[in-house]
Amino acid sequence: MFKFILSKIALLIPTFLGITLAAFLFVRLLPGDPVTILSGERGISDERRAEMIAQFGLDKPVIVQYFSYLKNLLQGDFGQSISTHRPVVEEFFERLPATMELAFFAILIAVLIGVPAGIIAAVKRGRWPDHVLMGSALTGYSMPIFWWGLLLIMLFSTTLGWTPVSGRLDIINYYFEPVTGFMTVDAWLSGQEGAVKSALHHLILPSVVLSTIPMAVIARQTRSAMLEVLGEDYIRTAYAKGLPTWRVIGIHALRNAMITVVTVIGLQVGTLIAGAVLTETIFSWPGVGKWMIDAISHRDYPAVQGGLLFISMLVMLVNLIVDLMYGWINPRVRDGK
Amino acid sequence: MSLLSVRNLSVAFPTQHGWFQAVEGIHLDVNAGDILAIVGESGSGKSVAMMAVMNLLPPTARITCDELKIEGQDLLAMPAKQRRKLNGGTIAMIFQEPMSSLNPCFTVGYQIDEAIRIHLGGSKKERTERVLHLLEIVGIPDPRRRYKAYPHQMSGGMSQRAMIAMALAANPKLLIADEPTTALDVTVQAQILELLLKLQQTQGMGLILITHDMGVVAETAQQVVVQYAGQQVEKQPVFGLFNQPHHPYTAALLDALPERAPAGDFLPTIQGIVPGQKDRPTGCLFSPRCTHAQALCHEQQPALVRNSEQWLRCHYPLNTVEVLR
Repeated sequence: MFKFILSKIALLIPTFLGITLAAFLFVRLLPGDPVTILSGERGISDERRAEMIAQFGLDKPVIVQYFSYLKNLLQGDFGQSISTHRPVVEEFFERLPATMELAFFAILIAVLIGVPAGIIAAVKRGRWPDHVLMGSALTGYSMPIFWWGLLLIMLFSTTLGWTPVSGRLDIINYYFEPVTGFMTVDAWLSGQEGAVKSALHHLILPSVVLSTIPMAVIARQTRSAMLEVLGEDYIRTAYAKGLPTWRVIGIHALRNAMITVVTVIGLQVGTLIAGAVLTETIFSWPGVGKWMIDAISHRDYPAVQGGLLFISMLVMLVNLIVDLMYGWINPRVRDGK
Repeated sequence: MSLLSVRNLSVAFPTQHGWFQAVEGIHLDVNAGDILAIVGESGSGKSVAMMAVMNLLPPTARITCDELKIEGQDLLAMPAKQRRKLNGGTIAMIFQEPMSSLNPCFTVGYQIDEAIRIHLGGSKKERTERVLHLLEIVGIPDPRRRYKAYPHQMSGGMSQRAMIAMALAANPKLLIADEPTTALDVTVQAQILELLLKLQQTQGMGLILITHDMGVVAETAQQVVVQYAGQQVEKQPVFGLFNQPHHPYTAALLDALPERAPAGDFLPTIQGIVPGQKDRPTGCLFSPRCTHAQALCHEQQPALVRNSEQWLRCHYPLNTVEVLR
């Protein structure tokens, strides 16, 4: 098991190097540069411009810039944001809890609804529950997130008035200092009555929007994994043993189907971050997605690079956890195959 | 009263070209402590018929039956839930592919324990004791270690032993063994068969043995059912079947046995293949391959006729003085 983990971690190193290079190059392919953006509409003199370019080190050849960036990275220095002059690490981790909270609730909703939906569709294959569920899944999967988000805001916030339009907390009635950065946890720690409810109230709509695509993917994958498993010989054995249907499906079949589904859930975490960028923008959610969008529009090279690196590391970390869980769920992997 | 009694069991599956009759007109009785063998080529509906008895077929299958009784209880009139409870309790079944018949995600011990929990109950400790005892009587060495083994850590023969232990978990009255040795090495085949027979004797179970192996049939069974293309063509006590087969198909099968064929020559074979869904002959299903077929055989299907312990589906039976019709 220890060797299994080590070999997985060893694989992360080249991946990480590749990401630094990609992040570094892609952000420089964007038209414009930070100095142009900083100089505003009226512009600045050519001397001042040259001075600023030299200040950010952008006058050197790209390859030299890359290696000095790598050198700093190895020393744990992710650079400073060009627009705010604060360390990228600080800026990122300040906003990360908001995104993690959103992503956590989104994946929770996606799994809690997607997995049962997939099971039901598989068991009722070819009949109306299957058609309804898979039709909805396809619709959810095809829906542009920003449009779907706006539709839900229009219905639930504007027309029905059930949920707030944006933000993370009812700031008129509640205030507390961030401790963990997770609003629900901080609200609970503050001990203020109704604060947790308010945090959850703000969380519900963005999480639902963000969960839509992963939920659709999880439902479809669960269905196909279950269909495959339900045709296996050991399912027949389970029925021959006299087990009740719920036990055959919910334990014998599901446990095997989960091997595939867990991998899919892990892969959805990447999609989730991409979705978070849009969702956070729609709901003015102060997370890393919105921060990245701002960094890109400012051509804030160090911030964009740092953000991409951290997000990739997170995705890799989640996938590592999924790989480990895979070993736990699938006994055949455990023996170090 | 017989343990299992089946009258006129038929199974059909929907296909793109209409219904496919996989099993047609099966009649059988098994008494406690008896061994009934069902023989026939692949695709002759042996397994399907037994899965219909166990209610293991997909819901799309159309099962019709005049009578289906276990210990006098009418299975056809029974609600599905109650019928499911008989599975593993009164009737148990083991399958052709032991490796894929065990769930890869659970330990062998857990899977056997599950059967005990459902049917017998008892505390965790009592159940574990019983699992270990079962593993021991099916000849699995070091039961305590094997309890925690996953199916992929066991060989085919070991897996089949575990399957047998699982089938015996709740002391079933009837065990259906669907070609239990087909997927195993030849050396292991004999051991598993011997084990099955020993357990059948000691537990006094009825045993239905689905097999290709006429040698096994001759050594073990009391009654033999011969199936062809889904139809039961003959049923006889084992002695009569081997000495005086009435159906030309049975006779041809026996002639093809190496032990019975004249030495030094090619083995006799049955020309042609089993008819599929679309090329079913109008008359007797065996008529295109039958060396004894006459005009009537090609025109009209013979009915299944009973004469005391014998069942036969043939217009012109062999080895018989009096006409069975």
